[in-house]
Amino acid sequence: MNTTIMLFLLQDGITNGAIYALLGLALVLVFAVTRVILIPQGEFVTYGALTYASLAAGQMPGTAKLAFALGLGAFAFDLFAARKALHGRLVLRSILTNIVLPAIVLALTVYYAAQKPPVAVCIALSLVIVAMIGLFLYRIAFQPLAHTSVLVLLIASVGVHLALQGLGLLFFGAEGQRGPAVLSGSFTTGALRFTGQSITVYGITIAFIVGLWLFFGLTLYGKALRATAVNRLGARLVGIRTTLSGQIAFLLASVIGALSGIMIVPITTLYYDSGFLIGLKGFVAAIIGGLVSYPLTAVAALVVGIVEAFSSFYASNYKEVIVFMLLIPVLLLRSLAAPAVEEEKD
Amino acid sequence: MQSRLPILIFALIMAAIPFVPGMPPFWIVLLDNVGLTALVAMGLVLLTGVGGLTSFGQAAFVGFGAYTTAVLSTTYGMSPWLTLPLSLLVSGLLAVLLGLVTVRLSGHYLPLGTLAWGLGLFYLFSKLEFLGRNDGISAIPPLSIGSFKMLSPGSIYYAIWVAVILSALLTMNLLDSRTGRAIRALRRGHVAAEAFGVHTPRAKMLVFIHAAVLAGLSGWLYAHLQRAVNPTPFGAQAGIEYLFIAVVGGAGYVWGGVLGAALVVVLKEVLQSYLPLILPGSGQVETIVFGIMLVALLQLAPGGVWPWLMSFLPQRTGGKKPDTSLKLEQRTRSPGQSSVLLQVEKARKQFGGVVAVNNVSFDVLAREIVALIGPNGAGKSTTFNLITGVLSATSGSISVLGNKVDRAPPQEIVKLGISRTFQHVKLVPDMTVLENVAIGAHLRGHSGPISSMLRLDRTDEAKLLAEAARQIERVGLGEQMHQLAGSLSLGQQRIVEIARALCVDPMLLLLDEPAAGLRHMEKQRLASLLRELRDGGMSVLLVEHDMGFVMNLADRIVVLDFGTKIAEGTPATIKTNPEVIKAYLGVAA
Repeated sequence: MNTTIMLFLLQDGITNGAIYALLGLALVLVFAVTRVILIPQGEFVTYGALTYASLAAGQMPGTAKLAFALGLGAFAFDLFAARKALHGRLVLRSILTNIVLPAIVLALTVYYAAQKPPVAVCIALSLVIVAMIGLFLYRIAFQPLAHTSVLVLLIASVGVHLALQGLGLLFFGAEGQRGPAVLSGSFTTGALRFTGQSITVYGITIAFIVGLWLFFGLTLYGKALRATAVNRLGARLVGIRTTLSGQIAFLLASVIGALSGIMIVPITTLYYDSGFLIGLKGFVAAIIGGLVSYPLTAVAALVVGIVEAFSSFYASNYKEVIVFMLLIPVLLLRSLAAPAVEEEKD
Repeated sequence: MQSRLPILIFALIMAAIPFVPGMPPFWIVLLDNVGLTALVAMGLVLLTGVGGLTSFGQAAFVGFGAYTTAVLSTTYGMSPWLTLPLSLLVSGLLAVLLGLVTVRLSGHYLPLGTLAWGLGLFYLFSKLEFLGRNDGISAIPPLSIGSFKMLSPGSIYYAIWVAVILSALLTMNLLDSRTGRAIRALRRGHVAAEAFGVHTPRAKMLVFIHAAVLAGLSGWLYAHLQRAVNPTPFGAQAGIEYLFIAVVGGAGYVWGGVLGAALVVVLKEVLQSYLPLILPGSGQVETIVFGIMLVALLQLAPGGVWPWLMSFLPQRTGGKKPDTSLKLEQRTRSPGQSSVLLQVEKARKQFGGVVAVNNVSFDVLAREIVALIGPNGAGKSTTFNLITGVLSATSGSISVLGNKVDRAPPQEIVKLGISRTFQHVKLVPDMTVLENVAIGAHLRGHSGPISSMLRLDRTDEAKLLAEAARQIERVGLGEQMHQLAGSLSLGQQRIVEIARALCVDPMLLLLDEPAAGLRHMEKQRLASLLRELRDGGMSVLLVEHDMGFVMNLADRIVVLDFGTKIAEGTPATIKTNPEVIKAYLGVAA
């Protein structure tokens, strides 16, 4: 193998790795705050990507309607949960976030979809749509289960994944789609060609890692989220609204997922069910990071991306086997390094 | 424990179903699938619901079972009946290998680890030449008895459901035994179980193998039902599905697995065949509806459908009181009055820069009650953990009857006759008091998992339960014997812990704040019990904050402050010791 191929594979691996890093971060975030292992993370990726691609192609994405429908559902859940103590402000706030906002976005989407909007509008709309889906999903599917075990939450997460994947097929069809590049143009250094797209991927990944780090380290909301992650009851006792923490976590996760999708859809064709495998690889990185550490997750994601790139070159048949088996030794090392602490769970 | 009658009725109903006139063959196929799924789900109930080990990888074991028989019966022309033990063996052996790697994983690493190898193995199935790659293996011979070939779904139906019902019986027998109690204690953490001699990694491995063998059995049946195998049904998706079947049915209950399988398989089938009629349109409407129903079901019954259904049945309270005339072998004790039982010499424990126990030395003689007191954070519980092997000392030595036990694990310490209670109660809340206490006698029983499954352990088991019942009555909780431990008050739970520790037949009893949460009368009863134990030849080392209790009870008191021993002596001398007064009340003005 010559240096050019190696550099090329490395570059490819780092680009994919950056995406896995973003997804891994989102998974860590959601798990830490809500204890949900977010299997639908992959659907956020495909929804974001395919919404963006549909809009750019001048088609109406079904996700906007889904966001509206879920908003209605979330409103109903809000009303039901507050049935004993309904008061005007609460209802008004619920109407604004769950009905008015998705209605406006739906109207905008209908308006823009007809006239092939510019890339920036497509990105903004896709992000808002998927963000709302994430937010409402938490309200409908996970908030009522917040007190249950990790296992039950996980199974609920599987249920959501199945439903979203089925809906994805309904919205986008079985054919794959590609979207326009976010940033066109490229430059060459030596043998390597850097496209605007890959630079965007690196930039956004780094921005998010730094952003999350600042958010959790310096802001009050970030600290509240961390507190919720450590001890729900304790957090509630000091006045943190744990449901709000869950909503923020899901909101961030869906935005990150959608953004990742938008960044890769110009590079690779995505299908309605591509998200699962992409999400899983983010997962591998998140696990290597121990579901707690952001920098470690980012590094692990790069390793996963690079291993994947190299194994697809050397043993493309066994690419997935190698990536997933990569986990076992890492898990073992982690387990040995930190012997089991007493877990009191039920 | 449970009556066999409902199972017999269930078996008869299942046997009669194919004879119902006009039964569509389609339903028989569906029931075949329910049976196959139930086998895997049952394994997961044991593994995940009872043992607390979440696995996404069970589909891979189904694959091992199916591929083993597929390869052997086509390429090598072996009889399917000969491949049955081999299929089970292959699943079991690979479970040992994968288990060695994954069972050690703690917390959330475990489910993720199983997901990883589940996915990896799926891709391996679809890439290996001798397994037929993505096309799989076809033309697998059917099961046959003599010249009767089980070609139709109706004929293999019996093979499947005999397997399901037998497996359910064996699994339930296993759970209701010495080994079963060890398994059921796993979910509540390993410290308490290990303190009574349970080898937790071995118990975890056992449930892992059990679940894998059940999955392998399902795979073997599947291969001969379909008469063809390909990688698709053994992928990660299937692995996830098995897990949610177990959770939907009720992950803690053997029949929950069967019910979950029936619910999910039938629901999917109904959705697939009828939904397109109601909602015509492209795509996987049934997956969408299925996903939504799954979430809705969990919100309505987070514990699963089986326990939810059972809650409508009248509760059976109480159970048979064990025959307390049966006796276990007792430890032989030396009659000597003043022999040194426990010797702690310059024990030191550092956590990073913190010295929790600083070169503490003391000993406990035979027939003596020693109290370890000191302000909060004095290192009392750490000392207990050093003695019982939960922690190992940084330096210094601890010996029991002259044998050094510095590096011995808790399981070895308890064998020497040292048993303990915990400051924070560590009982299994969903087991009865009797079962919890019987864990204490774990090392005094000898039946293994196989004999438990086959019910060959009954005399051994009866003796264990008799011992447990005796100790429960001794501590005065005879009335609560068949209640769930979690339903007792905290004070009573502490007493249950003492009964459990007594089941070890200990020479030295370590009690960590036994009187906390007890009422005055209960404290007095506890004190007289402890005196009675001492007079019977046992020694007691206790940590306690209730000074009145300690001063009236202890023969000797050791006082710790900030990890260092500051005084030792009779209650009378300790009461007047200026160092002790200073530690508790501060410097006199």
